[in-house]
Amino acid sequence: MTTLAPPRPARQRRTADHGPHPARRPRLLSSSAVNAALGLAVVYTLLPLAWLVLASPLNTTDLLGGDLFDPSRWHLAANLHGLATADGGIYFRWFLNSLLYAGIGGLLCALVCTCAGYAFEVHAFPGKEKLFGLVLLGVLVPTTALALPMYLLASKVGVVNTFWAVFLPSLVNPFGVYLSRVFAGGYVPGEVLEAARMDGAGELRTFWSIGLRMMLPGFVAVFLFQFTAIWNNFFLPLVMLSDSRLYPVSLGLYSWDTQTHAFPEFYPLVVTGSLLAVLPLVVAFVALQRFWKAGMTAGSVK
Amino acid sequence: MTTGTTSPTDTAPARTGRRPRGRYGAPAALIAPFLVLFTACTLVPIGYAVWLSLFTEHRSGLGFGGSTTVFDGIGNYTHVLADHAFRSGFVTIGCYVVLYIPVMVALSLALSLLLDSALVRARRFVQLSLFLPHAVPGVIAALIWAFLYTPGVSPVVAALGGGLNILGHPLPAVVNVAVWEWTGYNVVIFYAALQAVPREVLEAAVVDGAGPLRTALSIKVPLIRSSLAVVALFTVIGSLQLFTEPTILQGAAPGITSSWTPNMFAWTAAFTNDDYGVAAASSVILAVAAAALSFVVTRATRNRPARRTETAA
Repeated sequence: MTTLAPPRPARQRRTADHGPHPARRPRLLSSSAVNAALGLAVVYTLLPLAWLVLASPLNTTDLLGGDLFDPSRWHLAANLHGLATADGGIYFRWFLNSLLYAGIGGLLCALVCTCAGYAFEVHAFPGKEKLFGLVLLGVLVPTTALALPMYLLASKVGVVNTFWAVFLPSLVNPFGVYLSRVFAGGYVPGEVLEAARMDGAGELRTFWSIGLRMMLPGFVAVFLFQFTAIWNNFFLPLVMLSDSRLYPVSLGLYSWDTQTHAFPEFYPLVVTGSLLAVLPLVVAFVALQRFWKAGMTAGSVK
Repeated sequence: MTTGTTSPTDTAPARTGRRPRGRYGAPAALIAPFLVLFTACTLVPIGYAVWLSLFTEHRSGLGFGGSTTVFDGIGNYTHVLADHAFRSGFVTIGCYVVLYIPVMVALSLALSLLLDSALVRARRFVQLSLFLPHAVPGVIAALIWAFLYTPGVSPVVAALGGGLNILGHPLPAVVNVAVWEWTGYNVVIFYAALQAVPREVLEAAVVDGAGPLRTALSIKVPLIRSSLAVVALFTVIGSLQLFTEPTILQGAAPGITSSWTPNMFAWTAAFTNDDYGVAAASSVILAVAAAALSFVVTRATRNRPARRTETAA
């Protein structure tokens, strides 16, 4: 994938008072000052994560005592064992739920968005731009302002406190449709589609075997977006679910956190559980860097 | 302009005009799944919320015979808008935005300009480290910071001499969590936009004698205006929804009430007070406010046509 700027004429230079200088070496911001400033920012972003790693092997007393650097007091195995057995091992059930909500939900959402974005870009049908305008309007509606109305509707229909109440809403992402349309415009050349049609491929066949393949980077970008959004979502499951066996991991950790005042032994569980919940996302982001960058920049540089 | 480099809206006729079709089966089949889900999970809930917001429940005094639902017109709206708690939620958001947006945008802009300068070592590592907090769910970010704010537990408070009482000031406490979560994300966006600034423009500036600071402020920043606008827009929409972080911090910071933000107000109305009419009305007001604000932000920042910098080869 290339990131190329459309060729643009350099602005007419003002030639009024000063002639061409030889290029000066920048002295104002010296190299060490630049790197020191960035280093400070890196410390700020990494410090809380470092704390999480260092605090996760501590027991309740040491955690609340704030003594992080004494390896003789690290009991990571005990904490993991506590995590696996607390409330009948429910933590790993939450983890599995999150993987289902975010993994399957993200995949299906990316597919739904890619189909719609492709159709918006490649096909003509009456009322197309009006419909697309509606999609864009959907981007502007805050998701949490939607959660309560969805709850009210779900309780009317009787699906509150079910898997579907959290799963189905997470398949919708108007911004993903917008992104997919941008990707379809960039990745699927009209000539290729034309050739497929000449060869007699049907429209859906053309999409499935050519369009979708060419849009794969966009598909992955939308998937990553949605996976993160679902994994991080808190308000919707909080509103919809009361059965703790259906909780995603973020809601589960919150429910434990609210009990820490009465039962301080939950503190290490919350900390160790948080560390485990962060790991999959960190791995996904480091491994798939080039895809999320493509998605973010396509969506917002425009 | 050549094909493949235009925005979706202007390619449409060119791409589709080539093959006139009598039927719309394929596009209908491709768009239908999204449309069905969008209708079921966005349009219908909004419609239902608007409908519910027009009714109120009268409970009988003794609790027998349940309650009756009666049409109340805009009664819920006047009730919500007159509610001091709801309005103070918007005041909170207002203060939050005034503090958060300038700090976060300035910080991410400054960091991306530094990253864009030729002097950086370990650029990939820095970029990834700045972005990493975004991979942390909001619940967990708030949980971590709640620990880091608590005197006695936190090495940060200890390092600062133990005198820092940030939990007594909920607003900066919440703003800091948001800055931590979002700065790196926006650095990626700004940095990508800066990379797309044509090199010859920058060279021309250097030839004209502009120093690095001058180049950054007078050339680079104006050229990535559209990215700034998008970031501002999404940050404003995000800010209105503030819920997760203050809800988590509530346990540690007593200053955060159950109606500290409009979303928390709506949640309390629905689940503590069981007043669905008020909850629906406040959700609708919030959605309208977000849409209106987005419109204003879009209008205010769209003085020049959007640029496209990301294209396929």
